[in-house]
Amino acid sequence: MTASKLHLHEKTKTLSWELKDGTIELALHHPPCNEIGTAMLEDLEQFVTALEAAGEKAAALIVYSRQEAGFSAGADLRELYAASLGLTAAERVSGVRAFLERVHRVLSAIDGSPLTTIAAVHGVTFGGGFELALACDLIIADKMARFCFPELRLGLIPGFGGIPRLRRDIGNSVVRDLLLTGRSINAAKAMATGLVSQVAAEGEALQVARATAAQACKFDRTASMAAKRFLKPIPHEELRREIDVFCELFERPAVMEGLRKFSENTSAHPYLP
Amino acid sequence: MKTLEQTTDEILGLAAQHFKIPREDLAPSDDFYKKLKIDSLRALELITRLEHHFGIELPDYEVQGVTDFRTLASRIQARL
Repeated sequence: MTASKLHLHEKTKTLSWELKDGTIELALHHPPCNEIGTAMLEDLEQFVTALEAAGEKAAALIVYSRQEAGFSAGADLRELYAASLGLTAAERVSGVRAFLERVHRVLSAIDGSPLTTIAAVHGVTFGGGFELALACDLIIADKMARFCFPELRLGLIPGFGGIPRLRRDIGNSVVRDLLLTGRSINAAKAMATGLVSQVAAEGEALQVARATAAQACKFDRTASMAAKRFLKPIPHEELRREIDVFCELFERPAVMEGLRKFSENTSAHPYLP
Repeated sequence: MKTLEQTTDEILGLAAQHFKIPREDLAPSDDFYKKLKIDSLRALELITRLEHHFGIELPDYEVQGVTDFRTLASRIQARL
């Protein structure tokens, strides 16, 4: 796709986006709960290319989900497990590293976008979905939203940039609590810790995000961009180290076993320990 | 301080309201996964609803393995 053919009204397999009154709205619609695998990653890459070409036509971006279950359940672990079957440990690590590097390019493009970016979240906002929200400047949460980093339950750490971006935004003790217990927290707790900037009534996060984006659009773009660059530096070195640690952990047979149990679990009860 | 029975009754009322089933169809000993026909993700909706109602935090690991309303009530009682 060439820059001259880019449109700011697109619908792909897993995403839709449109530009209206200076705000781009990016909708995630990949059932069951916007799992981030190769399909969504390819679409996000396409979106980021369009975003970079938007120029001065847009001043704000809202990311939200059209799936009832929530914003995103995170990485597509079943796809990851299936793609890893039959590979040597070295091949598995090579494949996952390439995938993570692509994810990081997308999330860093959103993170560093000159637009004011808002994640409007509801329901499940877990793992990679949480990491997508953390790449945005603001998180506006439906009061029924729930946030979690469950990766340690699988013998892994977050791999989409979650730890560096959490550390950038909130205190280390909260980061440790979220990661080392793997527990989920509600929107009120997330706001109390500083993760969430506004809590909306049920079903109203997108409307609150639109009002917030409209306010952001009033400001001088040069000043908004300067403020963002000053306040929100991208932790490139930590992001690179996070991929290294993830890959070291991913190499272990115990992780494959955890992914197998997760993928094969058909019980309604949670599998994760 | 609420009694276990009071807390259980409030949970049953909230579950019935949230999942839109008659309150009288729910009993303290019911397996809420089966009775409400929910999976682990939808169970989180119930947890969130209970956290708001009781003004507590209910970490996932405290309700891991809990399937009936009465035991769920006892976990909540410990945080009231």
